Amino acid sequence: MSKDKTNLSRRNALRLIATTAAAVPVIGCSEKAAPKVELKEDKAATKPAVKNLDAPKQTLARGTPTDPDLLNPVVPWEMQLDARELAVLAALCDVIIPADEISPSASSVGAHHYINEYVSAPYSNNKADLVTIRGGVVWLDGESRRRYQGPFVELNESQKNAICEDIKWTRNAKPEFQAGARFFAKVRVLVSTAFYTTEEGMADIGYVGNRPMASFPGAPPEVLKRLGLES
Amino acid sequence: MASEDIENKEYDALIVGSGAGGGMAAYVLATAGLKVLLLEAGRSYDPVKETPMFNLPKDAPLRGGSTPEKPFGFYDATVDGGWQVPGEPYTQGSQEKGRRFDWWRARMLGGRTNHWGRISLRMGEYDFKPYSRDGLGFDWPISYQDLAPYYDKTEMLIGVYGTNEGLENTPDSSDGVLLPPPNPRAYELLAKKACDKLGIPVIPSHLAILSERLDHENIPQKLFPDNKLAQDVTRESMKSRAACFWATPCGRGCSIKANFQSTTVLLPPALATGNLDIITDAMVREVTVDKKGKANGVVYIDKDTRQEKFASARAVVVAASAAETSRILLNSKSTLFPDGIANGSGVVGKYLMDTVGAGVGGQIPALENMPAHNEDGASAMHMYMPWWLYKEQLRGDLNFARGYHIEFGGGRSMPGAGAFGGMGDFTEGAYGKDLKKACRRYYGSFVWFDGRGEMIPNDDSYCEIDKNQVDQWGIPVLKFHWKWSDQELNQAAHMHKTFAEIIEGMGGNVTTTVQTDGAKAIINGGAIIHEVGTARMGSNPKDSVLNPYCQSWEVPNLFLTDGAPFVSNADKNPTLTIMALAWRTCDYIVEQFKKRNI
Ligand SMILES: Cc1cc2nc3c(=O)[nH]c(=O)nc-3n(C[C@H](O)[C@H](O)[C@H](O)COP(=O)(O)OP(=O)(O)OC[C@H]3O[C@@H](n4cnc5c(N)ncnc54)[C@H](O)[C@@H]3O)c2cc1C
Ligand code: SF4
Repeated sequence: MSKDKTNLSRRNALRLIATTAAAVPVIGCSEKAAPKVELKEDKAATKPAVKNLDAPKQTLARGTPTDPDLLNPVVPWEMQLDARELAVLAALCDVIIPADEISPSASSVGAHHYINEYVSAPYSNNKADLVTIRGGVVWLDGESRRRYQGPFVELNESQKNAICEDIKWTRNAKPEFQAGARFFAKVRVLVSTAFYTTEEGMADIGYVGNRPMASFPGAPPEVLKRLGLES
Repeated sequence: MASEDIENKEYDALIVGSGAGGGMAAYVLATAGLKVLLLEAGRSYDPVKETPMFNLPKDAPLRGGSTPEKPFGFYDATVDGGWQVPGEPYTQGSQEKGRRFDWWRARMLGGRTNHWGRISLRMGEYDFKPYSRDGLGFDWPISYQDLAPYYDKTEMLIGVYGTNEGLENTPDSSDGVLLPPPNPRAYELLAKKACDKLGIPVIPSHLAILSERLDHENIPQKLFPDNKLAQDVTRESMKSRAACFWATPCGRGCSIKANFQSTTVLLPPALATGNLDIITDAMVREVTVDKKGKANGVVYIDKDTRQEKFASARAVVVAASAAETSRILLNSKSTLFPDGIANGSGVVGKYLMDTVGAGVGGQIPALENMPAHNEDGASAMHMYMPWWLYKEQLRGDLNFARGYHIEFGGGRSMPGAGAFGGMGDFTEGAYGKDLKKACRRYYGSFVWFDGRGEMIPNDDSYCEIDKNQVDQWGIPVLKFHWKWSDQELNQAAHMHKTFAEIIEGMGGNVTTTVQTDGAKAIINGGAIIHEVGTARMGSNPKDSVLNPYCQSWEVPNLFLTDGAPFVSNADKNPTLTIMALAWRTCDYIVEQFKKRNI
């Protein structure tokens, strides 16, 4: 066939090969397409399948918000909170999820950084939460100074708890603590997500999945017994 | 294939869309020896290379949580999709509550099969003849018996686990077709115990997941007794699929090919025949006709150059997903077909349906403080409840005419974005060590129940071309009109009542509001993403678009193989039926080619 086809036809052919490449080698049936593909696959295989900010772009994913590179996730937005705000949040995170005999504290697994990531996201909900969190941090520090003449991070455990007792639940917080309670509720939601999605948090509650198994055992006998379900 | 121009090749069939319906068409036609060209609007996509199987939520932005760009979360396999697609708007006939239709689309090779829920239920005898049973809606021109052999074949090909229970209007598969279901989880058994008392059957779910490897020695032979090419490519494809390893969420796709995706199960063997060419990033605008009124190809927009192109074939198969298929037909205007191709009846766009959805959540004290154990399983239901009140309904004891099945979940799944977000309210404000103790105690004790019910087609639910708007490809967009009838609203209220009873029967407490007003219980049109209809089949060209073989009455070489031909939308999730129907249609197309009718 003549070589001077239009650009369009060549591109169509390339696209077709890319498509074939995506599908055929795994079933080992296409001698023609396979060599072209293996090169690509070799490269792809060397990429780490973990979060890596400097990872090279995937061959297939376009790296747009609706088509991100799923194997190499990146957080594309700028962080909004400053170091001082993060320090207050870290302290509050640890009041909400402190270390105990089973697992470490929330800040030790970076929960405050997750809050920063969350409130910095460019979506309307997150932007509204940024206001709640920033305002809450100012209020919390102000309240600490009013009550104990020092910033929140410098309070002792019982002082921190005393403030948190007043704002722990929006439904029974006094009117003057309603705004604080809404801030606290939002932080608690975010810290919970942050903490329980880490290996440490998952181990704490006894999540033992995401492990390949040859067969699925179903409910263990001791569980069935407790539920009165043994056959 | 050498790099000569696709446009110079002569194709027997041209397929639009590569999802459930288009993928099946490509597989059946290419293995039958036809030369096939498939046009897909989205990009090329390979689950084997692109699926983040074991990545943890914390490796992704926002712990993998949903965003406007990724409504089902970062790791969801959907590419360029959701209820909004960038640059591809649609409009609403009304902004009133309950009158909107939200349209979910995916723009990728394999369409929505890359991230669907894999629930694969057969429609039953009643479902094909609903009008005959209660005088509402319309009968299909085919019966369950016509489709049963294709259900068997489709299930054998894609691999579906489940059991035969012999229940009313819940068809059994032929012996040896289904794969064994996985063992149930604790909360599933507890729900079963509660449902036993309420007379609600709880049986193994049917999911398109390989609980075992497929029998590649024998199945290809059974599927294609006289076709060596089809046997060979199917055998190789089946060999390449592993059994599920009971870990990793299916909605990301499955790189070991244990679940069904068009991109792992249908397109690879079709490509391996050498009979299929695929062009991705090709957005089809319209089907073109020759002077005699036969379809001769399609005009599509090449997304890279943003220019119109033409591709031709002897037959055209449209499977762009129900509403999009009607959009293409309605936009295919010519002197012969001024109201859109194949639309002499005026029915194109009409009788759009979704599934009725409503849900209730609860907390079960008996499930608190369980010893740690693995409840991942197939990352979705191992059991479900088929509709059970057929007799009561027939007697007129219920204030709605059609059934629903129940999908339910819970247990000790992997915590993701939103984990324990409700714990503050649930514990009246616990924090500190109390919060940690509460999370340990309550983890795995929450359950939810979702109804999936039949919607009866009505005159107020349809789509049409919006005369005032085009998308970024210059193609006129759809305007949706939507209305639930009392049938659906009453059904949704019944769902809420039933789910509360089950939760209480499990010794639990309902944690969401139980609505007695169906309009408050029902979820938006389009939200369940089971839209079908808009180009229904029938026995009369006056009130239907297609004959019983999904062939246009007016344009004999034009076929539809997605959800558009559906006459009714049983409570059963539609995709298995889409594929079985597509296979049957394509066998018919092959026959027509052999007889030289096309
Ligand atoms: C999250 C989710 C869960 C689901 N769970 C289930 C379930 O458990 N069970 C079930 O039965 N169903 C389920 N579904 C529905 C199921 O995905 C659809 O019924 C099925 O995929 C429809 O097949 P289709 O071929 O009609 O459309 P699709 O699979 O959507 O494929 C259509 C293809 O056509 C392409 N296309 C569209 N327009 C054009 C054009 N103009 N030109 C060229 N190409 C075009 C699209 O890009 C797409 O690739 C679920 C859907 C979603 C999103
Ligand atoms: S649960 Fe099984 S089928 Fe689903 S993605 Fe994981 S391995 Fe694949």
